[in-house]
Amino acid sequence: MLEIKNLSISFGGIKAVDNLNMKIEKGALYGLIGPNGAGKTTAFNMITGIYKPDEGSIVLDGKNITGKHTAEINRAGIARTFQNIRLFNNMTVLDNVKTGLHNAYTYGTLSGIFKTPAYRKAEKSMNEDALKLLQVFKMEDRAELKAGSLSYGDQRKLEIARAMATGPKLLLLDEPAAGMNPNETNELMDTIAFVRKEFDMTILLIEHDMKLVNGICEKLTVLNFGQVLMQGETKEVLKNPEVIKAYLGEDDV
Amino acid sequence: MKINKTAKNNLITYLMVTGAFLLVEILSLTGNLTYHFGGLLVPICVYVIAAVSLNLVVGISGELSLGHAGFMCIGAYAGAFFSKLTDGALPDIWRFILALIVGALVAGIFGMLISIPVLRLKGDYLAIVTLAFGEIIKNVLNVIYIGKDSRGFHFSLKGTMALGLEEDGMVIVNGPQGISRIPGGSSLVAGFILILITLFIVLNIINSRTGRAIMAIRDNRIAAESVGINVSKYKMLAFSISAALAGVAGSLYAHNIAIFSATKFDYNMSILILVFVVLGGIGNIRGSVIAAVILYALPEMLRGLSDYRMLIYAVLLIAIMLFNQAPAAINFRTKIKAKLSMKKNERGSE
Repeated sequence: MLEIKNLSISFGGIKAVDNLNMKIEKGALYGLIGPNGAGKTTAFNMITGIYKPDEGSIVLDGKNITGKHTAEINRAGIARTFQNIRLFNNMTVLDNVKTGLHNAYTYGTLSGIFKTPAYRKAEKSMNEDALKLLQVFKMEDRAELKAGSLSYGDQRKLEIARAMATGPKLLLLDEPAAGMNPNETNELMDTIAFVRKEFDMTILLIEHDMKLVNGICEKLTVLNFGQVLMQGETKEVLKNPEVIKAYLGEDDV
Repeated sequence: MKINKTAKNNLITYLMVTGAFLLVEILSLTGNLTYHFGGLLVPICVYVIAAVSLNLVVGISGELSLGHAGFMCIGAYAGAFFSKLTDGALPDIWRFILALIVGALVAGIFGMLISIPVLRLKGDYLAIVTLAFGEIIKNVLNVIYIGKDSRGFHFSLKGTMALGLEEDGMVIVNGPQGISRIPGGSSLVAGFILILITLFIVLNIINSRTGRAIMAIRDNRIAAESVGINVSKYKMLAFSISAALAGVAGSLYAHNIAIFSATKFDYNMSILILVFVVLGGIGNIRGSVIAAVILYALPEMLRGLSDYRMLIYAVLLIAIMLFNQAPAAINFRTKIKAKLSMKKNERGSE
């Protein structure tokens, strides 16, 4: 599904990501972990085209998407959420999801102005699809609220719903459980598992919450100072002393 | 549910405009309209169109533009130029309609050109660029002389003599004196129809896929890109449509007066339109209409008070600002609203 080869990027002499190699199979739930500043979000930003990598290639389903624009990469089939939530705060929850459907139902600006049958048909399908998605996330009763007025947990869920609306092959989640309490995290794990099953989705996620990582990720890549520290099955990786050291620090005494 | 609500809101806007139009028409037919007020009607329409179109950029697209008068200026020149050329050759009504379209097209093209730097700039810098653009347009048009005779068009930056026109020649654009003896066409009816068309275009765009894309970019550009929206395309679109509508307003303005010059469209006018948009509520289209009507008509209505006029105007601006933005006023409004809806519910349940 996704194949990353020798991916590198530097910011002013610091190699933020150095020679990253990753292979994600279709249907996998893959975790990218590592201490703060390890380069996880930078890797995400390169995959989604926000940063252009200095070296290396990113191939999605045999299609090279390295250095493409963010919007193009989304149309190619990668959707994402953000570590610091980025919703369309002044728009309603429903409109946020409908914005995600932007490329699923296309009609021109003139159709929109004159409310042609094409417009009516597309808007009707968009409303139905968006509500269906909100139902998956149990948010259909909040469809008319402004996205900015939602609770933190709901905002995280709405971001996933909006990403799913773009009809991706691969979903990238950047710290989906950040700032959630244990109950919300449990609920989120269920939601992720459900999305994966329901939409047959391949998921790559960044997470610090080891309970969540241990609970749902099958494979992990551990980054440290931009370099891959370890890769493999979740259980194996989390037992590795190198990984524990990177996360918890060395015992000086 | 949502669709009904926005449709209802839009309907109120249309009805409000229509109601105001009918009221003024009745007053005018029954002879209750002063000559002075009658002369204000078309300019009010011009400013309403300008404010609504500026709100598309400032409120919906979220970009601060201080050059809106520049687009109106282009529309006014293009429309008046066209009208002078085709006067007599076309039936008056068609000439006027085509002049409006020409004004819209030319201003729209300039809007598209200006939107190229708009794509790269943000906030204060964008405001400066648009401000400069408005001034450049005004000053360039201020020194242009264009004439026409049997040999074709003549163009100069020096003066009418330099055009070297033949006896039958006609000076169309006369430097700082602008364009004069413009055939008419503007009327309250024309202004009213154009307001409705402008509202129709802007409101329908807001409630469409295009509008959502534009607002998504306003709210969060990176997130908008991440859901596959072509940011450049939609920013350009918003700016061009806004400029084209401003061009219509300019053309309407030009056909209301026999003579105008570019100096009329200075940054004061841009700021005035921005004041309408801000006080009417950024992103609130109906608010722009109301603010433009009241704030344009009021200083004129207060002329009788001579020196106190601008004082009262300023106090009113502050009052509107407080009413719109002050927390106490917002609380008060929500309370009133809640009370009203409670009454409605009680009645409904009985």
